[in-house]
Amino acid sequence: MSADSVRALNQRLHDLTEASADSTWRIAQPRGAHAIACGMRVAADIVIDGHAGYYCAGMNQLARITVNGNVGVGVAENMMSGVVRVKGQASQSAGATAHGGLLVIEGDAAARCGISLKGGNIVVGGSAGHMTGFLSQAGNIVICGDAREALGDSLYETHIYVRGRAEGLGADCMEKDLRDEHREDLAGLLEQAEIDADPATFRRYGSARTLYTYKADNAEVAAQ
Amino acid sequence: MTASGQPEPGMRESASFDRNVIHEIQRAARTGVYDIRGFGAKRHLPHFDDLVFLGASMSRYPLEGYRERCDCDVTLGTRFATNPIKIEIPITIAGMSFGALSGPAKEALGRGATAAGTSTTTGDGGMTQEERGHSEKLVYQILPSRYGMNPDDLRKADAIEVVLGQGAKPGGGGMLMGQKISDRVAEMRTLPRNIDQRSACRHPDWTGPDDLAIKIIELREITDWKVPVYIKIGATRTYYDVKLAVKAGADVVVLDGMQGGTGATQEVFIEHVGIPTMPALRQAVQALKEMDMHRKVQLIVSGGIRTGADVAKALAMGADAVSIGVAALVALGDNSPAHQSDYEKLGSGAGYYDDWHEGRCPAGISTQDEELANRLDPELGGRRLANYLRVLAVECQTIARACGKSHVHNLEPEDLVALTVESAAMAGVPLAGTNWVPGSGHGE
Repeated sequence: MSADSVRALNQRLHDLTEASADSTWRIAQPRGAHAIACGMRVAADIVIDGHAGYYCAGMNQLARITVNGNVGVGVAENMMSGVVRVKGQASQSAGATAHGGLLVIEGDAAARCGISLKGGNIVVGGSAGHMTGFLSQAGNIVICGDAREALGDSLYETHIYVRGRAEGLGADCMEKDLRDEHREDLAGLLEQAEIDADPATFRRYGSARTLYTYKADNAEVAAQ
Repeated sequence: MTASGQPEPGMRESASFDRNVIHEIQRAARTGVYDIRGFGAKRHLPHFDDLVFLGASMSRYPLEGYRERCDCDVTLGTRFATNPIKIEIPITIAGMSFGALSGPAKEALGRGATAAGTSTTTGDGGMTQEERGHSEKLVYQILPSRYGMNPDDLRKADAIEVVLGQGAKPGGGGMLMGQKISDRVAEMRTLPRNIDQRSACRHPDWTGPDDLAIKIIELREITDWKVPVYIKIGATRTYYDVKLAVKAGADVVVLDGMQGGTGATQEVFIEHVGIPTMPALRQAVQALKEMDMHRKVQLIVSGGIRTGADVAKALAMGADAVSIGVAALVALGDNSPAHQSDYEKLGSGAGYYDDWHEGRCPAGISTQDEELANRLDPELGGRRLANYLRVLAVECQTIARACGKSHVHNLEPEDLVALTVESAAMAGVPLAGTNWVPGSGHGE
């Protein structure tokens, strides 16, 4: 797929209206092209048969996009709603800053998966790379395999669930109790992701909230 | 001390440890917190003040000051965008966030810019209805934090500005202290209320210029290639950064020098990181010319623009337009003597106030306190800003006419000389009264 054909494809997809959105689009031979099906605004079904490049399904709204292959950097970045499913592996920054919607990566995700997540949900069927959940603010990240080092570094309020081993936690990230409400949320996410896993086998990680305000030794106050 | 407050003979202040330095050491020892403030660099820096124009005389024809035509319109984003931005004056309003600024302040910026025929810019935290509603031309910033980033707002924008850095803190992220995180700000940024919010300093989904080129393609695809894409850089390794920005596909490069303002940053960052606007501008123009992209990729320069003379000097050195931030806030009413008693209550004074991060701005500009924010009448503020922008434009035209130019873009380095050796070297123009341009090469 050449750059010209990406432009033509995206324009046709962008020209879809709510009325014409109830259709399935199949994109053959994507050849790793960048920015395929980014900026969708309607609830169309889009299937990409092959590998996609950077920013596939970027800023998605409403659309249901399936990639029968691997994806490059930033799949579903800043997604607002809809569902993006990657049947293969995902490169770095998968689901970065997503505000909503569901990103499912059936294989592994590389570094910084869910970076600065703002409310979206990400389910990784395999393992996730280092600094997954870096600076993430809201939403959920579910990792069915292992998490590499510095998980949840500088985390805000995102919930991170890991079934395998977390190699190391980043600054201000800590393990927290997995309570009933978390198991319930997790079960729902796994069901939506169509991944068969027992929620009780996961561990939960969240923010220790020690970096929320600047701490200093105030000599005057201490002397009083 | 004498009765007039002057030191007695024999009382000698240290040049290295002057009263400001001693005060800062004592403050740091007392509190254990580095100093955070707003505004831009306050120390003396080589600047446009060190340049003067060679008005027309025997060898050049001037234009009549008030009669003959001297245009100052600018088109930005002609490289790739279907819909470039056309502004009537070569001065834009720089990105400043809702959060750092109040809602009425953002509205006033939009009103003033629109009345003067130019554009304004969002900031960290996303687009507000106040500024979109009152800004005829609005540039939407994409920052590392992506706070409030929304594709619907992206499509409402007249241009997109990918922010890599700003002159006050190149290499640093934004900062918004807890006292300014109101419910609305917290909701827009998806963050807990009252935390000290420190924005990311790196973009989350690209690293390096090759990735950025692909990111820009994504932004163009989402907006169907309609609007220009700017890249904003803080002035450091400017020669190379501008070349890389062009390579990455920028329609417009926004270059913010060390004098550029900020809503909140560490003092040590503001005063000690980055290079001044003037030498950065020369490097940027050189980089564009070497790529044969000068005037094809437009260059907007900011950082310490105060007068029409500054505007004219920046254009003469090769900028297509300038951008203002601090000066725009001052035009709205920041640091006004009308609030002197309130500034004194805060331990400051009109002309000195820079604690914009504290959210207690008496002028209602750098605050999220509703009572304070309501002190600023956005309509009146907008009129003040529009007046100021018109003065800048007319002053710039006055100088251009004196140099015999029928468009402000016809000003050129040949119209300038420098008053100091350092400014001659930095600006690449001769020292006044000589034909000596110190230094050689591009000096990257």
